[in-house]
Order: sequence, then C-alpha cells, then structure tokens
Amino acid sequence: MSEMRKQDIILAGVGGQGILSIAFVIDSAALREGLSVKQAEVHGMAQRGGAVTSHLRLSRDRVWSDLIPRGEADLILSVEPLEALRYLDFLKPGGRVVTSSTPFINIPDYPDKAALLARIKAVPGSVIVDSETLAKQAGSSRAQNTVMLGAASRFLLPGEDGLRESIRLLFGKRGDKILEANLKAFEAGKQAAA
Amino acid sequence: MPKEILLGDEAVALGAVQAGLSGAYSYPGTPASEIMEYLIRVSDGGRAFHAAWSVNEKTAFEEALGCAFAGKRAFVSFKHVGLNVAADPFMSAALTGVQGGFIVCSADDPGMHSSQNEQDSRFYAQFAQIPCFEPADHQEAYDMTREAYDLSERLGLPVMVRMTTRLSHSRAGVETLPARPQNPHHRGAKECWTLLPSNARLRFKRVLELQAELVRYADASPFNRLALNPGDRRLGIIASGLGYNYVMENFPDETSRPSILKISTYPLPETKIRELVAHVDSVLVVEEGFPLIERLLRGLYGVPGKKILGKIDGALPLQGELTPETVRAAVGLPALARQSCEGFPLANRPPQLCVGCPHADTFKALKTALAGQPEAVIFSDIGCYTLGYFPPHNAVDTCVCMGASVGMAHGAADAGIHPAVGVIGDSTFGHSGMTALLSASAADARMVLVILDNGTVAMTGTQPSFATGQRLLEIVAGLGIAKEHVRVITPLPKFHEENTRVFREEIAHPGLSVVVAVRECLEEAKKKNKLGGAQ
Repeated sequence: MSEMRKQDIILAGVGGQGILSIAFVIDSAALREGLSVKQAEVHGMAQRGGAVTSHLRLSRDRVWSDLIPRGEADLILSVEPLEALRYLDFLKPGGRVVTSSTPFINIPDYPDKAALLARIKAVPGSVIVDSETLAKQAGSSRAQNTVMLGAASRFLLPGEDGLRESIRLLFGKRGDKILEANLKAFEAGKQAAA
Repeated sequence: MPKEILLGDEAVALGAVQAGLSGAYSYPGTPASEIMEYLIRVSDGGRAFHAAWSVNEKTAFEEALGCAFAGKRAFVSFKHVGLNVAADPFMSAALTGVQGGFIVCSADDPGMHSSQNEQDSRFYAQFAQIPCFEPADHQEAYDMTREAYDLSERLGLPVMVRMTTRLSHSRAGVETLPARPQNPHHRGAKECWTLLPSNARLRFKRVLELQAELVRYADASPFNRLALNPGDRRLGIIASGLGYNYVMENFPDETSRPSILKISTYPLPETKIRELVAHVDSVLVVEEGFPLIERLLRGLYGVPGKKILGKIDGALPLQGELTPETVRAAVGLPALARQSCEGFPLANRPPQLCVGCPHADTFKALKTALAGQPEAVIFSDIGCYTLGYFPPHNAVDTCVCMGASVGMAHGAADAGIHPAVGVIGDSTFGHSGMTALLSASAADARMVLVILDNGTVAMTGTQPSFATGQRLLEIVAGLGIAKEHVRVITPLPKFHEENTRVFREEIAHPGLSVVVAVRECLEEAKKKNKLGGAQ
C-alpha cells in the first residue's frame, strides 16, 4: 500500500465494541511511519449502546478536515454488519467494505441478516468475516475488533509489523493472556480475509 | 520538537499546563470532560498543580477566579450549557479582571450530539466584552491556549477559548514548547475586586476602554490570517474554527484558492475584514455555530455593492454542524461521487441504558406504581436516565437542564398536576437539585422526588459525584424533608414488588417525599474491577 499518498477510513460499530482501540492501533502505527493523522471520535451519549463511528484520516500531506467528506472514504472497517452499511455514502466509487458478519441486535427493527449480508456483498471488493467465531477461537470473545483489524490489514496504509507493534502497545499493559489473544485474533482475521 | 498525539481537549489542557497553570476546575459534560480528565492525569495527584472536579460550573468558575485573584494562572472548563450555569460570575469577572491569567474554556456542541440545545459561546465572550480564541486544529488549540494566558495577564482580563465537539474529540499530533513556571502569589486589590456600584462603574469603564486595544490586537495577530488571491476578485471567504478546515479541504490546491481570511480571535480584526471585503465582489462567511461574524458584517443595511453569503441567506444551514459537504456546496463545487445505501432499511440505533442498569429497575417500579394514573408526569433531568424516555421504559416526560426536574415537579404540583414526580441523578442533584429541593421542602410541595444514586457521573465517563451515599441522605435530611418520607430502595428485580409499594405510599402522601434509589452504576463497577485487576 506504500504507493498511496493518503487513506481515509470509516471505523464503525456499536458503543462498547472497541472502535477506538482499532483507531489507536492504526493511527499510532501511521504516526511511526511519519504520516499525518486526524482521528475524529464519538464520545458521550452514543457510547451507551448506540451507533458509533470514527473517521480516521492518514496522509503524507497535511490533513485539513477532521471529518471525511462523503465520497472520500477508501475503506469502511466495521465490527458490525448493519453499521457497515450506515456510512456507505461516505465511500468513494471503488472503495471497499471490510466487516464482521456478526449482528449486534439491541434494537427491535434489526434487518434480516441474509438481506443485510447480500447488500454488503453488492459492494465490489467487500470482505465479510465471522469475527465472533474467530475471536472465540483466539481465546477472547471481546477481541472481535482485533479480528476485523487483521481482516483489513492488507488494505491499510501502515504496514502489518507496525500494526502488530501497536497491538502490543495497547494490549501489553492488560496482561499476557489478553495480548496473546489479540495477536492471535489479528492473524486469524488476516487469514480469513486472504 | 516532540510531537504528541492528543485529543483537541487534551491539546488545550496541555497548553494550559505548559503555560504555567496553578489551578483548574470543571464539571463533567460532553464534549469538555476530557479536558479535566487529562489535567487530573498529569497533575501528579495535585503536586504539579491543582486540578479537580467541582460540584457545578458556577462553583468551578468561582474557584478558578479565586485562584486568579491570588495571582496564579487559573483555568475553568465546561460544556456550553455549563457557561449558562456559570454566567453570573462570568459576566462580573470581566469587571473584576484578573491578577493571574484566567482562561474559560467553553466547548460547544453544534448538532447536539450529547446536549439539550445548541449554543455559541462566542456570543457570551462578546456579551462580557472579553477576548475569545477559536482554534481550528490541535496545534492551534495548544498554541492559542498559551497565547490566551499571555493576553489575559497583559490586559488583566479573563479570556475565552472556544472549542466545538469535532475538535474536542478528534486526535492529531501537536508540537509542544518548553513549559514555564507558575506565577508567584500576587493578590488582587480590594477596590478592583469588590463590585460595589462605585467600584463596578470604574471597572466597567476599564473594560469598555480596552475594546479598541482588543481590535488592534486582533488585526496584529498572526492567528488571523489573510491570504488574498490577486488574480481572483469574485469570491472571498471569511472562515473560523472548523469551518476553515472544511474550506481548505475543498481547495487543496493553493493556486486555485479564493481569497481567505481565517478568523481565530474575537473581537474581530476589523482592518483585515475591510481588506478582504474590498478585494472581492462576494463574501462567504463559514463559521461553526450561530452567524456571529456574518451578522456583524451584514449589519442592518448590508454592505453596498457586495454580496454577503452564509447562514443567514441560506448558503449554509443555520442548524447543526458544518460538514465538508455543506461547505463544498456553499463554495459552488459539485458533490463528490459516492456510493449509496438508498432503498435498504437502515434501522436507527439510538443509545440506551446498559443491560442490568439500576435506573431500568427504578423506572419499572415507578411505572408500575403509576399505572392507571394517566395524569401522572415524570419530570426528568440530565444524565443516563434521560434514556428512560425511550421504550420499553417510557418513563420520562421532560428533560430541560441540570436540576430542572425538581423545580418543575414543584411548579407543576402547584398547578394541580398529580402525581408530580421528579427524577434526578445523585450528581445532578448535587449540581443544581439541592437548592430547588430546599424550596420544595419549605413549601411542602405535593410531589415525589426520586434520586437515582448510582454513585457516579455515568454519562460522561464515571467522574466522581459529590452528593452520594450517606452524604446524600444527610443533605436530604438537612433540607428539612420529614424523616418518614425519605425512603431508600435498592433497585433490583428481586425487590420490584417492595419498591413499587414504596412508590405507591409516597405518591399517596399529600406532601413532599424523597425516594433514594441506591445501586452502583455498572460502568463504575466495571472500572473498579479493572483497576483492582491491575494492582
């Protein structure tokens, strides 16, 4: 991905799914590679089980807007399939969706899962990964966010080694077991998307 | 120079710290909470400087003002509606002036991501006639906070730093400067600080006389950048705050940019504005919040021979946040090609109470007790429990401002509403509910106040609450509520019947009752477990 000058990523999910952890891993890896970074986050009310998103902008030049303009996003990386579709109008033609297939159902009118996945598959180049199963296999059902990070890793501007280093930075302080599960989750996601 | 990745909120906080901060005060509120969280984290337990949450914004402001009276650099931060609470000392602090530098950081929430209204704090700065800085990015948030301290000390005036949600909650790299030491003590003179009419008139005159100097400062400030395009006289843009970023996003190529004046300080740089307006036929004003610059520019008669575009004429929306797209349309560029999800039912996912939240159990018992009484009204307040508005709870009829539940239930009871129930969290009660309960107690109003004591300020990230536990019960007793009508319940499913009975009994009581529902917030418990695990 090193030929790219900039990359705009929409991170999506439900409050509590670890969107901001993914953002940290990518942007700290990007910073070490000398890229400019802006990362807009959602705090406050929406974090209580609502739809949350983070706009992550990486560039070799100056980044102006904190928000990604609609039509500029290269990638939507989502830990939840309905949330992946919510921001589709940010995606440029040719932009890609990488999402979990695991629905987070905390609303009464959640759409039909098959229809949802079919709509995501209609986006050319989309990648759908069963993050729930892979995270459990890696040793932590909470590591679905890291599975999805692994699934998106080959499309990201920062290199894989840098991403792994950021995972160590983030999860290392939470104990060996959690770090190990997240490193495994990253590899599992990467392989599932290969 | 070292570059740190910081939230916009943290960039302001670090700017204050390295400018030689001595005392910082705040009350939690999105999007400003992260300022004080950062200050507390880096204060070394208070050894480096004093940083603490206060019971409300007015108190926080006054504590900071006391610090500035002592000649030290002081800082107070809150969300925009917090400035309403602190407006009393805020307006008069312009008159007292300050010994040590004093910054008021008010974080606006255009678009109401986590707020009950939209406000534009720049109008408050204009109202009090004090300077205001409006950063557009993280580096400016840091640099302007340091500059604001210098200006504050030079003029002896409080200075505002205005933030907005997107900048507060976005991260980017910041280059920092060496820290400078704190000020020595240097107490204020009583004739400046005692606002008796005879003193206050002189102090107000001083503020008025400083205005011309503030405009000269703005014209000279490098933060207010004018870049004229000599080859293009059609359109000029005046942009402030995030609006400036959206303009630049849409004109990445320097050679094809229209003339742009970036506004970063208020009162406005009048000469620079005249220069831009003279250069172009049309002026577009792009500002986050209400049309402050645009209204001043337009005036009552407009600018002869010039077209002024902005929020007032509809080029940009009056409500909500600016976005790169709305600004793109306003500068006359076509929308970018994009994908679309049209036709697919994207169910909304609003925020909701956590599974197992104590508030849900309280609401359930309260609603059961009120069943069959359609005239009952539940006056609610600001906090997680406002989410009780949504199904399945349907337990909120009003939410206006901090503490309004108590006063409104009292007034509605006076007007004949029965049952009139107020519902307020422990921290909100400490913030603004106590005085209203004193009023209701003196009148023995026929109402039930339910205080949800979860021991924390949950919505904004579990900051400490002052009016919780035994202290809360003693406050309620101290406000004169009859002992037999102060009831404590534990909101758990297994106590549903019992809790419902307590609500029924107190609703039947023809005077004031207080029911305190005590159970720890799940988020708070989770945080404690995490801390425990790490030790």
